[in-house]
Amino acid sequence: MTVTREAVEDFLFHEAALLDAWDLDGWMALLTEDARYLIPPNDVPDGDPDTTLFIIADDIHRIRGRVKRLKSRDAHAEFPPSRTRRLITNVRILERGENDVTVAANFSVHRFRRGGKGGEYVGRYIYRLRIAEDGFRIAERRAILDAEELGGLGAVSFIL
Amino acid sequence: MTTNPYIIDDPAGHDFRLNRETLVDPAVLTAEREQVFDQCWIYAGHESEVPNLGDFVTRDVAGRPVILTRDDGGDVRLLLNTCRHRGARVCRERDGNTKRFYCFYHGWSYGNDGSLVAVPGDDAYPDGFDRSKLGLIEAPRFENYRGFWFASFNRTVADLDTYLAGAKEYIDLVVDQSADGNMEIVSGIQEYDIAANWKLLVENSFDDYHLHSTHSTWLEYMKDSGVDIKVPKGLLLPKRGIGRDLGNGHAVIDNINFRGRPVATWISIYGEEAKPAVEAAKAELVARLGEDRAERVANTNRNLFVFPNLMINDGSSVTIRTFWPQAADRMQVTAWALGPVGESAIMRKVRLDSFLTFYGPGGLATPDDVEALEQVQAGLTSTVKEVPWSVMTRGIAKDGEQLNSDELHLRTFWRRWNTLMTGQTAAAEAAE
Repeated sequence: MTVTREAVEDFLFHEAALLDAWDLDGWMALLTEDARYLIPPNDVPDGDPDTTLFIIADDIHRIRGRVKRLKSRDAHAEFPPSRTRRLITNVRILERGENDVTVAANFSVHRFRRGGKGGEYVGRYIYRLRIAEDGFRIAERRAILDAEELGGLGAVSFIL
Repeated sequence: MTTNPYIIDDPAGHDFRLNRETLVDPAVLTAEREQVFDQCWIYAGHESEVPNLGDFVTRDVAGRPVILTRDDGGDVRLLLNTCRHRGARVCRERDGNTKRFYCFYHGWSYGNDGSLVAVPGDDAYPDGFDRSKLGLIEAPRFENYRGFWFASFNRTVADLDTYLAGAKEYIDLVVDQSADGNMEIVSGIQEYDIAANWKLLVENSFDDYHLHSTHSTWLEYMKDSGVDIKVPKGLLLPKRGIGRDLGNGHAVIDNINFRGRPVATWISIYGEEAKPAVEAAKAELVARLGEDRAERVANTNRNLFVFPNLMINDGSSVTIRTFWPQAADRMQVTAWALGPVGESAIMRKVRLDSFLTFYGPGGLATPDDVEALEQVQAGLTSTVKEVPWSVMTRGIAKDGEQLNSDELHLRTFWRRWNTLMTGQTAAAEAAE
């Protein structure tokens, strides 16, 4: 397949639509078998999860566990599930390898809960996408928050 | 302000009730700031956060902006971050290393020991203007126990050692994980708010009664990872644990480990490559401490509450957590990971990974605690007239030990809190 910014954008917009629709099985199908999902702490946005305490540093095993949890009625922080709306912009290809491509994008994710709760999660993604015959797979997605602290956002209980 | 007592405490009559106004009323919070937080020792930071001369971190402690610093002479200090001239903060960075704290407003500057070293145009000040008396003000009391630094804004408070009472034994168990007795705060701070009264997080942080219902998805994840989560008859958790009153309002849940612990028990989610390192860590403990003490350090876990707002959760990892009320219905939480200085790269990786399975704003458990506390606050705030009391009597009729899923440790907190707020003597529950 040809790697263009437009193809990358289509893929990221598709991922965002799946997550906003809480189609978590559909989302899992976009991941590689060794995928990682990372959210660094607000004070060390460029940290390494092996030496810095992250907010989320999931390997594929914990991603599967997280999704299983989120699909149950007992993930209390996400029951009923939050409504989310993801705006993905400023998509750039940073590095192109033979089998993968590193991509940056900005995000603004709005989260809504009953009673006026929720918040706006703003930051940037760094993706490592593996290039497969039939399209991209996510090998790593790192969501880097811009806020100085999580503060009033409280938790990152959904897939950001 | 409520006309009912804050607590109804009658151990002989097997009654303990909590007045819900204590979680709602802004006047209670105003009184707490003076009668609780300004009377006690408050956790300020760990010595490892300022390892080198000139290192500093800024934060709020007991509601005051402070600079935790190691001065050029090597002393750790806690300076109030407010210029003696007009009051601006003299340091706005999160952390760093410096010789000087500089107030940009009029240019006064201070040494890293807080002394005032330069005042622009000081010839305009009258005789008697004494720079040596205009250094940054320090916390009136500032002492440490095994690297944990505490401040008190009560000049006459008992020394920290006396204050910590039975909590010291449990801090020792945490620090004994380190071969040379040195622990350190790991890089990466979790800072998040909870829309709930701060005292609800005291309860939640060592309330094992809620584990099976609030955290069933975490237990399920543990089960899927090969951990035995079967609950024996008579318990609510897979292994036995007790609640203990440690004096001065401190309390602990002291549990036999049932899940993975980086210092003791390998579980499959740590990865095969980590198995030898976990076994070596346990062997080091046995060699250094002997079988019994090593077993105590490694294969029991504890959630230690140091009154009024420090939790040290030594479970699947070590979490230091403190919290501060911004309003009666809102708190700021700060959490760090603690680990032995110089532990191997693989052990550090396992420690951090194990932390995140349960803890923190993205963990598989903490977000549900946040949700629970916010649901409590939302539930009781506007119903307090119709539903004035909460029930807190689990275990109160027992003669001997109380379990981690009983509520002795919660009542211990509330009794000390009530004594500070009202001057009433706390009722004694059956001795252990």
